[in-house]
Amino acid sequence: MLYETSPTAIVIFAAFVLGVIGFSFFLGRKGQSAQGYYAAHGEIHWFVNGIAFAGDYLSAASFLGICGMIAFHGYDGFLYSIGFLAGWVVALLVIAEPIKRMGKFTFADALDSQFNSRGIKLAVAISTLVVSIFYLIPQMVGAGDLIMPLLGLPHAAGVLLVGVAVTLIVVTAGMVSTTWVQFIKGSLLIFFCGLLTLLILNRGLMVNAGRPGAANLAPQVKTVCPDGTLLIDGKPQSKEHDLRPVGTILALPTRYAGQTSTGPLGPLEYFSVLEDSTIITWSSKKHADAEGTHTTYSPLERKGTDLLKPGGYFKGLVTGTLTDKLDFASLMLALFCGTASLPHILIRYYTVKDQAAARKSTVVGIAAIGCFYVLTLYLGLGAMTSGALDPTSSNMAAPLLAKTFSNTLFAIISAIAFTTVLGTVSGLIMAGSGAVAHDLVENVLHIPLTDREKVRCGKVAAVGLGIVAMALGILFRNFNVSFLVGWAFNIAASANLPSLVMLLFWQRTTKQGITAAVTVGMLASLTWILLSADTFEKVYGWSRESSLVPFSQPGLVTIPLGFVVLIVVSLLTQKNQPTAS
Amino acid sequence: MSENDQHEQTITPAALVRARIGLALFAIYVLLYGGYMALVLFRPALLSARPFGGVNLAIASGMGLIAAAFVLAIVYMVACWLVEGGQAGRQRPNSRRH
Repeated sequence: MLYETSPTAIVIFAAFVLGVIGFSFFLGRKGQSAQGYYAAHGEIHWFVNGIAFAGDYLSAASFLGICGMIAFHGYDGFLYSIGFLAGWVVALLVIAEPIKRMGKFTFADALDSQFNSRGIKLAVAISTLVVSIFYLIPQMVGAGDLIMPLLGLPHAAGVLLVGVAVTLIVVTAGMVSTTWVQFIKGSLLIFFCGLLTLLILNRGLMVNAGRPGAANLAPQVKTVCPDGTLLIDGKPQSKEHDLRPVGTILALPTRYAGQTSTGPLGPLEYFSVLEDSTIITWSSKKHADAEGTHTTYSPLERKGTDLLKPGGYFKGLVTGTLTDKLDFASLMLALFCGTASLPHILIRYYTVKDQAAARKSTVVGIAAIGCFYVLTLYLGLGAMTSGALDPTSSNMAAPLLAKTFSNTLFAIISAIAFTTVLGTVSGLIMAGSGAVAHDLVENVLHIPLTDREKVRCGKVAAVGLGIVAMALGILFRNFNVSFLVGWAFNIAASANLPSLVMLLFWQRTTKQGITAAVTVGMLASLTWILLSADTFEKVYGWSRESSLVPFSQPGLVTIPLGFVVLIVVSLLTQKNQPTAS
Repeated sequence: MSENDQHEQTITPAALVRARIGLALFAIYVLLYGGYMALVLFRPALLSARPFGGVNLAIASGMGLIAAAFVLAIVYMVACWLVEGGQAGRQRPNSRRH
């Protein structure tokens, strides 16, 4: 679909970005110590840090990806919400206190606190960089995807804009400005999603999204000709002749017989009415011939009860074989274990004063993130029945839903979607910058750095990572966004979690055990992903059947593998080793 | 590594108690999350049931898991606060260690 560029969106976005960069310069104007740059002097208030956790964590995949998945496939997007939140329970109950107690600037500090081993620092620094880069790619691709329809700029412009803004934010005041960007973004995101939810409930559910007459259920065909022109139903695409927006209710429950609208609904009533309604969703099918690639979008009449149960997206859950089920279980395990292993989340524990503050900020984080994930279900279902969905792009579901209320809200939600990317990317670049300057340069290469040099080194690393992120964002533009986030979680969980847990709970853990577990976990999950059916199909364009591994998500195998490697290597290297106490 | 990290790294008895409380609560959540995932994987039909009249079990249990995370977080915070408040006294034997 073609979108009108919204001057209001441009103004709101520009105001936010300039405001944040100006604020960063203000925070960074006094000289900085390494403690200030990498850990915000350890002086961030726990409440601010808690909301910043939400700002750090709720990436474009959470906001745009989950809403879109619910809007197109029903309940299954909510499974991601549940998994993403569950990871925080691990972070709070198992990881938060020791991580704060053992480390100073980076995750490598914590794992290495009792050993002082270059091997551990090197392995963990590399795994931090790998995870951060895998997480960065989808954020940058998402930024480019959003900027195209909303501001009328090419994909690369969006990537460059976000890249430059984030690099400036990180370089001016490091973790201090990063924290405030994430705090502002987290608060805005939750506030406006709450507002949207109230508007959705107040509007209730309407047949054919409140438009008179019956919905137009004729299939729609988009053709991409060999010369690149776009045809819609055989005629060139234009503002007047474009794909129709989709997603409506066909019939309300019998108790609303004769009515076309339910009026305002309560939060639980909303689900029960939807369950008894009939809804039209759209599916797409591609085929290619001499005239080009045709995508046919056809309507599908669905019962509300079918849309509000698992199995719409993860098809294997209903019809599936054991491997499909294992694939799903593996993803859910990776989400559960991955959060507490993400380097950009872990470094946030060093910005608060002590362990009590670390705990309190995690509780605030869980409250904020939990609220947001509850709202995703309303936003997704609201978009599903809003009559405003773009059949070609699920990522646009949330902004388009906002558009059905007002153009200003559309502009605000679009601007927030950009700031979502800013907040998460700045956290990732910060984590990478610490891994390079503090872990690699200072601790692995043993290059002595003064406090001031260490800050400068981190800033150079941040600029470098910013450039890498922009390049990857442009290179990977045709990639599925949520797909890559799943990879990042799998790699983080496989590489980092076994060492973190065993170090805390097994006294015979040795430095060789940790080094081996991090290295093997990272390489095994990465290799598995590169050999999986999903990658074969979507990246190399080969057939799914030729894949070399039984299912696509590695976590179910590679997380236990990390534990096994750690235990075996630790037992083999017991003698004369300083062990964890 | 700076030298002033050293004293922070020692594990106090109170920290040990907090860790045990954390693990006990974690075990509860693992059971809830695991149980939910088992339902999704092996008995998906059960989730379509509507025991509370309107909302089906899929939504109720999903929302319940999110709420449970929050409740456990609050319980943990309060428990830690109690342990710290009673730090001068003895540890409270309120969680089992396996």
